[in-house]
Amino acid sequence: MSVTAIGNYSHASHDGAARFSDPLLYIAWDEHMMFAAPVVLPLSLDTTLDQLQKKVLPKLYGEHPDFARIDWSRAQWFRGSTMFTPKMEGTLASQGFKHKSVLRLRTPGLEGLRGSCG
Amino acid sequence: MDKRVEKKKLDIAKRYAAMTNDLHWDTSYQPMEKVFPFARYEGIRIHDWQQWKDPLHMTTDVWWRQQGEKERRLYAVMDAFAQNNGQIGISDARYVNAVKLIVQTFSPLKYTLHRAFAHAARNLPGDALRIATQLQGAEELRHSQLEQHAASVYNKYFNGLHETPRWFEQAWYLAPAKSFAEDAASAGPFELLVAISFGFDSLLSDALFVPFMSTAAHNGDLSLAPASFSAHADTARHKALGISAVKFLLEQDTLNVATVQRWVDKWFWRSFRLMPVVAMLQDYMVPKRIYSFREGWDEFVEAPVNELFAELAPYGLKKPAGWAQACDAKNHLSHQAWNAFYGYGDALAFHTWVPEQEELDWLERKYPDTFEHWYRPRLAHYGQLEAAGQRYHNQGLPMQCQVCQQPMIFTELGSPRWIAYRETQHDDETYHFCSDSCETIFGNEPDKYVQSRLSSHEIIHARRGETLDGALQASIAQIGVVIGQDNGGFDGSVDQKNFEEWGGGQDMKEAQL
Repeated sequence: MSVTAIGNYSHASHDGAARFSDPLLYIAWDEHMMFAAPVVLPLSLDTTLDQLQKKVLPKLYGEHPDFARIDWSRAQWFRGSTMFTPKMEGTLASQGFKHKSVLRLRTPGLEGLRGSCG
Repeated sequence: MDKRVEKKKLDIAKRYAAMTNDLHWDTSYQPMEKVFPFARYEGIRIHDWQQWKDPLHMTTDVWWRQQGEKERRLYAVMDAFAQNNGQIGISDARYVNAVKLIVQTFSPLKYTLHRAFAHAARNLPGDALRIATQLQGAEELRHSQLEQHAASVYNKYFNGLHETPRWFEQAWYLAPAKSFAEDAASAGPFELLVAISFGFDSLLSDALFVPFMSTAAHNGDLSLAPASFSAHADTARHKALGISAVKFLLEQDTLNVATVQRWVDKWFWRSFRLMPVVAMLQDYMVPKRIYSFREGWDEFVEAPVNELFAELAPYGLKKPAGWAQACDAKNHLSHQAWNAFYGYGDALAFHTWVPEQEELDWLERKYPDTFEHWYRPRLAHYGQLEAAGQRYHNQGLPMQCQVCQQPMIFTELGSPRWIAYRETQHDDETYHFCSDSCETIFGNEPDKYVQSRLSSHEIIHARRGETLDGALQASIAQIGVVIGQDNGGFDGSVDQKNFEEWGGGQDMKEAQL
């Protein structure tokens, strides 16, 4: 039994994939903490990285002065803490993403407002 | 003349014993295990309950008398404040946002804790500890009520105070406090004692109370300041209770040590995760400042906790696992918290703002190693945007820690460049945490925390198939927060305009001339 309890105590996850219309994806842009926390949103795993880059990220991060300066050819992509070589036309599912994965974008050379990671 | 017969009077220790442990009897019609069904399942072994005594020998009759006197004095001051329009004499209407945050966060939290202590008091088999626990339960209720009374004068004149209990239940940004209180309330009686009387009260409560009392008074708040002062007199007793209860558990059986250490690790960290609002309250929200959060931490937490654990070392108890992280975070916490609250400023029930120039300079002086490089540029950027009429707002719903339910805003030990991510696989699902300590808490009792209702996930669930644009703001509008009136920027707010019209803050300005 995994809880100190007076009787049997067992619970399934409250947030399994079935609760949501699409799997949950967490997204973060490293070294840019003007966006105080990573965000969570439901997103089909059939979404390609290209679609994510062009449709999702600008809406989340477009306000930052660094966003327009991103050199996408140098951008680094992480699934959790693991860097992977992105296939822009490949889907999230084909690149290892599942319900509640974290996608982190790192843009070397861009370190936020006045180099503050803000 | 007749000789007066002196009445025999028990000394304090005997009197205390007579009114607590000496009242004990073992039940005979039913076994003790059935009368106290929660006494054993946590694995704590107690061999002799008579060994525990309240270090202050508090009995119920003394307690009533003392509280009655404190109450009389306190309400005289609070009533005078209300009758003399004290709200006009405070330093600035921005200050009231500190009151809002206290009453939204801590008053309902203490209300939940009074239930938890009532449960523990019913279920601890030792009479002296049971009585002390009962009194703490009554005091948690008292503090919750005092603070709400003290804030009620502000509720007549300012926004953001009108539905605080409902907000505590449902507002996304109050979830860390609600989850803290419910985690403690659903623990066993021994864990609750270690959690609140020791983990929160003994280790961290001074970081909340002491600077706030003096700061509130310094800002002209003679309503919540004396209420906090009155509550702190009780909390000082809770600290003593917590320390002596922990020593008692450690002395009773060496097998208790590992369990108590696990609880100390857990509850220090859970209590520390309540500190972001305390930190930003001191550093950003009060117009007239005395202590920075960091200074308060050094004086009221770091030094005394180091001393306390030197005293507890012979019992085999070590400093909490997250201690180094917490002491590193003292340089960052208020800035990271205010950055987040400012960014989500349209989804709160209080106002946020960019500090003025001299306040930014003050922060730079108080945080010489971190503020200028890491945090000032963000605030400068927000200031420029505001000047151009384009206040900055975070987009999207924040990712939250599965255990403390804080948004994932905290950075790695020694590196403010990287947000800390931890994750665990459990039953084929991924769970995310803000810190090693939260990950460990989950690992020890996963079935408790897989049930967390994370606000962001709940909002996504509720809006299946709908757009998420503006969802965070909509979630607080649904629970009675008036958008643009209870929240948003302070400049141009109804609170600010009213205060100016009343001629508020003039006394304090004149006093400074």
